[in-house]
Amino acid sequence: MSAEKSPELRELSYAEAIREAMDIALGSDPRVILMGEDIGVYGGAFQVTGDLVHKYGTDRVMDTPISELGGAGVAVGAALTGLRPIFEFQFSDFAALAMEQIVNQAAKVRFMLGGAVSVPLVMRFPAGSGTGAAAQHSQSIEAWLGHVPGLKVVQPSTPEDAKGMLLAALDDPDPVMIFEHKILYKMKGHVPEGRYTTPIGKAAVRREGKDVSIVATSLMVHKALSAADQLASEGIDCDVIDLRTVRPMDRETVLASVRKTGRLICVYEGVKTLGVGAEVSAMVAESDAFDFLDAPIVRLGGSESPIPYNPELEKAVVPQVPDILEAARNIAKGQI
Amino acid sequence: MSASDNKHNREDYLRMYRQMVRIRTFEDNANQLYLSAKMPGLTHMYSGEEAVAVGICEALTDSDRITSTHRGHGHCVAKGADFQAMFCELLGKEEGYCRGKGGSMHIADQSHGNLGANAIVGGSMGIATGSALRAKLQKSDDVTVCFFGDGATAQGLLYEVMNMAALWNLPVIYACENNGYSEYTATAEIAAGSITDRARAFGIEAFEVDGQDVLAVNELTRELTGRCRRGEGPFFIELQTYRYHGHHVGDINREYYRPKAEEKDWKESRDPIEKFTQWLTGEGIASTDELEAMKAEISDDAASAVDYALKAKYPETHEVDMHVFAD
Ligand SMILES: Cc1ncc(C[n+]2csc(CCOP(=O)(O)OP(=O)(O)O)c2C)c(N)n1
Ligand SMILES: [Mg+2]
Repeated sequence: MSAEKSPELRELSYAEAIREAMDIALGSDPRVILMGEDIGVYGGAFQVTGDLVHKYGTDRVMDTPISELGGAGVAVGAALTGLRPIFEFQFSDFAALAMEQIVNQAAKVRFMLGGAVSVPLVMRFPAGSGTGAAAQHSQSIEAWLGHVPGLKVVQPSTPEDAKGMLLAALDDPDPVMIFEHKILYKMKGHVPEGRYTTPIGKAAVRREGKDVSIVATSLMVHKALSAADQLASEGIDCDVIDLRTVRPMDRETVLASVRKTGRLICVYEGVKTLGVGAEVSAMVAESDAFDFLDAPIVRLGGSESPIPYNPELEKAVVPQVPDILEAARNIAKGQI
Repeated sequence: MSASDNKHNREDYLRMYRQMVRIRTFEDNANQLYLSAKMPGLTHMYSGEEAVAVGICEALTDSDRITSTHRGHGHCVAKGADFQAMFCELLGKEEGYCRGKGGSMHIADQSHGNLGANAIVGGSMGIATGSALRAKLQKSDDVTVCFFGDGATAQGLLYEVMNMAALWNLPVIYACENNGYSEYTATAEIAAGSITDRARAFGIEAFEVDGQDVLAVNELTRELTGRCRRGEGPFFIELQTYRYHGHHVGDINREYYRPKAEEKDWKESRDPIEKFTQWLTGEGIASTDELEAMKAEISDDAASAVDYALKAKYPETHEVDMHVFAD
């Protein structure tokens, strides 16, 4: 149920779009509460919650102590018994502190109880590198949570999707984990007014091309698009797919693209090994689309190291536009 | 302030003074580097809390260990670190304590027993306790001090490790730097009941001390490290202190959560360096001129260390592949 685009193309930043979604949810559903560290008068580590506490009060926009494990647990319990909490981590890295409640409780309780209960919980994770904040504040851990049956994991890459996917997550009867790249927060883009949802589990084709499929997530979608512009001028025509949801993954959109182009590059910021791109590649390799491949699949992902502090080193550990260009030129070499 | 044998301890007192001024000076420079965009990432100033780190670390030897926090420059200096390698780290240089990989929030100095700053609030509580377990099992007489903030008392890890430390009589001192705020929230809003009573619930002796009084902090820590070495640990200290800057360097307009008058009061009537200056001069241990000369010398040291660090070499990019595992 995608909304009509309003003709004036109103623009909001990614952070503002999320705030608008939370505002709509708080205003229309008394079960919705926000929980997080310093999301009240301070407005959140990245100012996503902003001034919502002034509008809805501290019973709806709750500051928690620095207790990720306990906070997540309280959110799970509140969701299980009828609220619709949106729990914000200050940095996605701190999910590590709350893993037990997310993985062993939120994700499994419906199943363990034979379907008798539901955990309609939304968690928001500011993610990714590029801020010089070093190894414990810069990770992309969506694949960790993507490995857990019972969780849905999304990575909106545009302001429009950030709003639509948050509202879709709130409608969802199961826990939805939303990874928001910190570098995207200030990015502006068209955001429709009012309430609409962007479906979970559906990828978006951001650019159509016939030569190479680039399947990207989050910030990498934008890097892929800028690489694709440059590649177009060299005669390499890229299909750029924004995966949007890591779990459940949109098989059909990816396979259709690969059947068309015969070449696949996966670009993602999380560690390459055992990451999102590994799943995308395997999905293709196991399908009929494999027969359409004209070149080996390429994965561009985070390197085998934690994120370093030094900015040049930091850039070196995650895929950059030149890496995408090089990969595309290589697999298209002599064939296009 | 109280102390005995003033004249005998002159050197100790002057070293404490020097270390406090070194921290303040280091932070003034780090603040400037950050504001002038020469430094990446996030940084948290220790200014105002000097008597805590110095009072404690001056009671320790190089074989005693500490674990530090995101607000860790002060602990690092107080434990004996060198300005040059510290500034190099802040600027992401190869000669930094962590070869430019850690930065402000991971600054560490193994040679002086600083196991490292930690960007996870409460993240080093297990490490400190494990270090104390090692000391006990290896019959080493060193003590580990675990620094953390009031905000970190909300982490469950603290209660798991205090339980073990108490069960096993470990030589660890949990040093809670209560600077009144956890980011942008007053401590009263994030901590229920009494912080020290939480430690007491595990049978851990807990103390509250004025963290702006370097002598009081030092005297207490000396007593507790002595007792730890005799197998009487663990202990818990809550130190009342204050951070002069914002939570991090970017936190400039902060009246909405912290009144200007409160900041003014702490700075003007409870400044740890000023208090100690008055005591040193009042007791005739040092003259104002001597202390001023020391400050000037430290300022020059810092300036040349910054200069050096600015010109120092960055690590080669291939270093990202190093240090993930032992080679
Ligand atoms: C586990 C975790 N949660 C949240 C944060 C973000 N954070 C960094 S410092 C801080 C406040 C810490 O307050 P306190 O322990 O009192 O130390 P202070 O900054 O006052 O020295 C928070 C919430 C973090 N680094 N780690
Ligand atoms: Mg504090």
